[in-house]
Amino acid sequence: MNNKVERSHYHLMLLPGILLLLIFSIYPMFGVILAFKQFNPVAGIWGSPWIGFEHFRSVFNNPLSFQVVYNTLFIATAKIIANNVASLVFALLLNEVRIRWFKRTVQTVVYLPYFLSWVILAGMFKDMFSNEGLINKTLGLMGVDAITFLGSNAWFPAILVGTDTWKDFGFGAIIYLAALTNINPNLYEASAIDGANRWQNLKYITLPSLTTTIILLATLSMQGVLNAGFEQVLNMYNVVVYESGDIIDTYVYRLGLSQAQYEIATAIGLFKSVVSFILIGVSSYLAYRFANYRIF
Amino acid sequence: MIQNKTLSSKMADIAILLILALLALGSVTPIINTLAVSLSDSSKAAAGIVSFWPIGFTLDSYANILSDQKFFDAAWVSVKRVVLGVIVSLSVITLMAFPLSREVRQFPLRNVYMWFCIFTMMFHGGLIPTFLTIRDLGLIDSIWALVLPGAASVFNVVLMVNFFRNLPKEMDESASIDGAGPWYKLFVIYLPLSVPILATIVLFTMVGHWNSFFDGLIYMNKEENYPLQTYVQQLVVQIDPTKEYREEDIELLRSVSQRTVNAAKIFVTLLPIMLVYPFLQRYFMTGIMLGSVKE
Repeated sequence: MNNKVERSHYHLMLLPGILLLLIFSIYPMFGVILAFKQFNPVAGIWGSPWIGFEHFRSVFNNPLSFQVVYNTLFIATAKIIANNVASLVFALLLNEVRIRWFKRTVQTVVYLPYFLSWVILAGMFKDMFSNEGLINKTLGLMGVDAITFLGSNAWFPAILVGTDTWKDFGFGAIIYLAALTNINPNLYEASAIDGANRWQNLKYITLPSLTTTIILLATLSMQGVLNAGFEQVLNMYNVVVYESGDIIDTYVYRLGLSQAQYEIATAIGLFKSVVSFILIGVSSYLAYRFANYRIF
Repeated sequence: MIQNKTLSSKMADIAILLILALLALGSVTPIINTLAVSLSDSSKAAAGIVSFWPIGFTLDSYANILSDQKFFDAAWVSVKRVVLGVIVSLSVITLMAFPLSREVRQFPLRNVYMWFCIFTMMFHGGLIPTFLTIRDLGLIDSIWALVLPGAASVFNVVLMVNFFRNLPKEMDESASIDGAGPWYKLFVIYLPLSVPILATIVLFTMVGHWNSFFDGLIYMNKEENYPLQTYVQQLVVQIDPTKEYREEDIELLRSVSQRTVNAAKIFVTLLPIMLVYPFLQRYFMTGIMLGSVKE
């Protein structure tokens, strides 16, 4: 088969996927011009009149926007730190276990929450954190009065970070565990001859060997700093904790689809997409520079 | 690793095992609690005395689900979307991955296509433009609104491209010498060797479709078109703790059958995941290693 014919078959194979991406990813990108228009449902996005940066002006003049951006950055940063630290510590602990079946069982059980949806988990947590729930009843046994966890601006962000870490730390540990198995065992044999104890092994061999992986995951997690967990927040929050829990994505959802303020929501969404795009570029470049990471 | 069996080292071992056992227990606590509540007598569940073991064991709440037509409608929508979703996604992804796994010399436009795909992964139109697109296409209340938008998952394409590229080059060359064309190569030579990556993608796609609720919420106007997670989400939103302070809602929230029935519905919804999970676990390590990083 000659090359030309072969190549036309490659294009043919790519056709369905490229069409889907054109329709559902590329076409909506042009829809962001809505952020610069006065939307008229009859005329549609393309026929509506231009209005310039008016919507951006009203977004930036609204103090609520800053609260929402602050919440997003705060919650996302706390999640990134908590998740990475918990994953690393868990991987290091698991790595010390020599009993095969125990290790296996712990891994299986701990990975499970990663595969459950936030709908399901929010249903469970709302029940557990309620006044008659498991947590308050347990605290009650210790003489603590019931706390309205999910109705308190002081508790809510902490609960978001805690439950998110609870869900993902096991799965996040997989990459650290893989990096741990790649450490050359000779290093530990040599250190045993030198009389090193466990603590010294950890400090002088294990952690230095993991540095690249830690840097890689840290730089890559930068790109998620505007994603504080839409599904989790949407399913767990309520009017009382909007002040501490409303993030960019939930704000866009409420403004856009619940209150039909399409243009404002699109303007905020566009702002988020552009910043995210830059963050993905920068973090991928850094990951490539410092850890030689490439997606393909 | 060589271990010195000093006393302090043994104590450390025991401490580590204990911590890990507690973490494992913590990971399943909400699930066990939900199961226990769903199997308990509703007045006991309301009093909040159920923790890990059902009190006043009864299957009433599960019997209650059997009479809930909406629950079955939603479950049926979910089953349909999982089946359609897996078929469509797997076909599209495989067909995209093969040409993209070629060398530039075999397929000069390969990098152009690849960057196009990566770009769609990095930049989004956002919620509103995407919603308007789906609406303008007339997909509201259609199962295809749940299946098509995410079907060409670039993340999964990249996973499969990396897998194909790691297969021996000699095999591809000898097939070319024997006169095999692209379709023959893909279906007869590559796919039979790709079971691990196919299984990873099938399972990720299944779990993804089963778990998503948001597209159901925004693209389905009629409740009977809601997938199961969207149906459950509507229940979850109703168990809003702030409502406990409104006089008129107290009765509803104290109406205990609600709590045990909701727990039962939540448990039934997570059950399929628990069932595929053991199979999933065998494969996802491979998938993650190939992709290096989770989303």
